[in-house]
Amino acid sequence: MSDTPNDKKKTAAHANQVSTVDAEKRKFLIATSSVGALGCAAAAVPFVLSMTPSERAKAAGAPVEVDVSKIAPGSMMTVEWRGKPVWIINRTEEMTAELAKHDDQLTDPSCDVVSQQPDYCKSTDRSIKPNLAVMVGICTHLGCSPSAKLQPKGDMGDNWTGGFFCPCHGSKFDLAGRVFKGSPAPTNLVVPPHKYLTDTTLLIGVDTEDKA
Amino acid sequence: MTNKTNTDKKSVVANALGQGLEWVDARFPLSSNIKAHLTEYYAPKNFNFWYFFGSLSLLVLVLQILTGIFLTMHYKPDAMLAFASVEYIMRDVPWGWLIRYMHSTGASMFFVVVYLHMFRGIIYGSYRNPRELIWLFGVGIFLCLMGEAFFGYLLPWGQMSYWGAQVIVNLFSAIPFVGPDVSEWLRGDYLVSDATLNRFFAFHVIALPFVLVGLVAAHIIALHEVGSNNPDGIEIKKLKDKKTGIPLDGIPFHPYYTVKDIVGVVVFLMVFSTIIFFAPEMGGYFLEANNFVPANPLVTPAHIAPVWYFTPYYSILRAVPPFPGVGFLGIPPSLFPGVAAMGLSVLIFALLPWLDKSPVKSIRYRGRLYKQWLAAFVVSFIVLGYLGTEPSNVWGQFGPWLGNAERATVAARIFMLVYFAFFILMPWYSKKDKTLAVPERVTG
Repeated sequence: MSDTPNDKKKTAAHANQVSTVDAEKRKFLIATSSVGALGCAAAAVPFVLSMTPSERAKAAGAPVEVDVSKIAPGSMMTVEWRGKPVWIINRTEEMTAELAKHDDQLTDPSCDVVSQQPDYCKSTDRSIKPNLAVMVGICTHLGCSPSAKLQPKGDMGDNWTGGFFCPCHGSKFDLAGRVFKGSPAPTNLVVPPHKYLTDTTLLIGVDTEDKA
Repeated sequence: MTNKTNTDKKSVVANALGQGLEWVDARFPLSSNIKAHLTEYYAPKNFNFWYFFGSLSLLVLVLQILTGIFLTMHYKPDAMLAFASVEYIMRDVPWGWLIRYMHSTGASMFFVVVYLHMFRGIIYGSYRNPRELIWLFGVGIFLCLMGEAFFGYLLPWGQMSYWGAQVIVNLFSAIPFVGPDVSEWLRGDYLVSDATLNRFFAFHVIALPFVLVGLVAAHIIALHEVGSNNPDGIEIKKLKDKKTGIPLDGIPFHPYYTVKDIVGVVVFLMVFSTIIFFAPEMGGYFLEANNFVPANPLVTPAHIAPVWYFTPYYSILRAVPPFPGVGFLGIPPSLFPGVAAMGLSVLIFALLPWLDKSPVKSIRYRGRLYKQWLAAFVVSFIVLGYLGTEPSNVWGQFGPWLGNAERATVAARIFMLVYFAFFILMPWYSKKDKTLAVPERVTG
């Protein structure tokens, strides 16, 4: 367009004549462009929200009922709740006794980080029944599922008192899911909301006070 | 007589072609672009071995796109079907195994050639003024490539795919305040699931390839605007032939470097084919054993590690201790420091053009101090890369005098400091370094 010499002259002349800005026109352009930009941002909202969990994904979080009578002392079982592994560990008396002995090696021995357990599990054993521990088997570091090393010593070394070891980045937890100092995981394992329907039937996903 | 008719025929064909080209040129800048980017793009005449890797990166990009198109014809992005569809490609699709191994080997070879290409840029100062934007586009390409590798690795839906994605998506949840929402948004679910697989497929085959190709175009356009650097790190455009305006040390890219690059391509394809046909898994480094087990959200494999090209950054992630939290201020414990250090270890490459204060560009004219730092950086990169492939207790523990600390973790911390020091101290040591006089003309 402005390639011909004539055009160039014209533009130059034009620039000389109108050295002041047409404030009216500029205001109009800024206003319309802003509205346009807002419109584009608004149009992006449905696309961004389409990536959040769908109704189907939200609906998949129903509570899970578990019969805990068959877990032998010193062993555990894993159930699936909201797609995540939930461990139920039947701790022996030696195991529960050990829990109170290593507070100095733990990051958060008295469970002060409230997001990690319901109020009714804010204690040393982090459980409703002293022997039965219920926790989400997902490392609070980056979401791997730690391996059970329930028995003391063994391949975990002579100082090991029983617990869980995350294979991804080496975080260590005790049998109440409390994280040992020096682990990359910052917080204790999550205790999910749970309640006992009968002495041997556990419901995972519903709080004991029934506040869901 | 016959001779004459032959020449006539030839000239008729030549004329027709010439006219055809004219017709196109009047409507599309074909000839002028061929000239600007190939036959009259003057590159320094002293390119050496290190200059193969730019064109090889382009070759691998084309190979990945091509093999990828054919893989999508058989692959199913569905958590129920994905793992089996990959096995179907390997066993039942005619030549499917070859196309898939080309793609999986191509991913690793992409990083091999790109790392060597970046190393070339570092040793000859190709990122320095006026080539900062070329370098920044390059860093963008590198990030895109990491994204491609990550999204693509979920698609076979094996155990490593699943838990790798779980860990990487959770990295985002470490970002203060918005983190958990961001990672949930990325996954589209409360855990890595079908929704995640489906969207990663979309990112892998459409979104990122578009960005990648765009960035590669910008990288090359910017390069051809300022001209290529060379092993001497001097500007050939300073000395031009007075009559023609062609740099005295420049030769046209085509035919000189196209022919040179063909040699590189042949050697590369020999290596590439050898891997594909004889060691496609590369002893677990290119394809990990655990990925031949279908994804299981309830069990993490006993030893998980990323593919080799991510291991230096992974080592850094693992080496940084978490923030313990400040109880009385209500600041919770956080693993953000490790995540931030890992992110920084990649992004810090983008700062190189402004960290390097040396009066010379090329390593040929740098002094001992810089060379020592560079060597320390290369060693740390390799050691961190090795440690990232191994469990953190691979070298055992120190005694009680060091709190039973894991040897490998302590080593990773030391090498991580060297890694960052290479960048952070560069303004100081690159200035202090005793440099040599730079010649006027390239030295070959």
